[in-house]
Amino acid sequence: MAKVILPELGETIEKATVSYWYFQEGAKVKEKDELVEVTTDKATFNVPAPCSGVLVEILLKEGDSANVGDALAVIEEE
Amino acid sequence: MKTTYRIFDLGLTGLDKGLAFQKEIFQRVKDDEFKAALIFCRHHPVITLGRSARKENILVDSAELEQRRISICRIERGGDVTYHGPGQLMVYPVFNLAYFKKDIHFFLRKLEGTAIKALEAFGIKGERIEGKTGVWAGPDKIASIGIAVKQWVSFHGLAINVKKDDLGNFTLIKPCGMDIMMTSMETILGKNVEIDAVKEVIVREDLIWPK
Repeated sequence: MAKVILPELGETIEKATVSYWYFQEGAKVKEKDELVEVTTDKATFNVPAPCSGVLVEILLKEGDSANVGDALAVIEEE
Repeated sequence: MKTTYRIFDLGLTGLDKGLAFQKEIFQRVKDDEFKAALIFCRHHPVITLGRSARKENILVDSAELEQRRISICRIERGGDVTYHGPGQLMVYPVFNLAYFKKDIHFFLRKLEGTAIKALEAFGIKGERIEGKTGVWAGPDKIASIGIAVKQWVSFHGLAINVKKDDLGNFTLIKPCGMDIMMTSMETILGKNVEIDAVKEVIVREDLIWPK
């Protein structure tokens, strides 16, 4: 199991809002696929899939706030 | 830092063509052909909806928009609803931020700084308002910003209101979902300002490249 983590987006950025999931739970994803988009201020940022596998669980849905370092989803590695 | 960059000028073009070109350049930056690119253009009248846009922020119906020949487009950038027209200078920085600074808010502040310095060259005082990304001249907004970052490469960008002619179209929407008025360089100066002159200042004064 690999967690998809909200990475550091900048020195003063502590959190972002989940704005778009490119895949649904149960979908197969490949490493580096655009997985989830988060928004901070007037910017969107795409978090890629850290590995290939199945997106087994989305932990934070669109509209939810996430802190840097939070797990956004879980991928079961292939 | 010496930056390897390219400048492109598309002139007056549709939003869709501008987006397609940005995607092409995005790929070339990602492939490391160059570290940063700047795309200038102006758009045919269009209302764009960012990720956080609410449809109720468009204040008129589709028949009226059609009559005014304004199209609507949902795009993947931060922010709410805005309008773009031929009187605005669009500045799309496609930068590989990994070469400069991987900091999204820093980049937004940089773009505000570009607009502020460009306005200053024409004798206009542009300001930031904390918590409201963009550039303001007095109580009114004069430049808007909305960016997207994928794999630390940026796209979308900055819109500076230069001409006064199509400012009226902003009254068809609630810009950025806020009760604000938009102004333009021509409105403030009370005289004609050429869009090319604003472009020239940005390039000549090296206002946009990350230092």
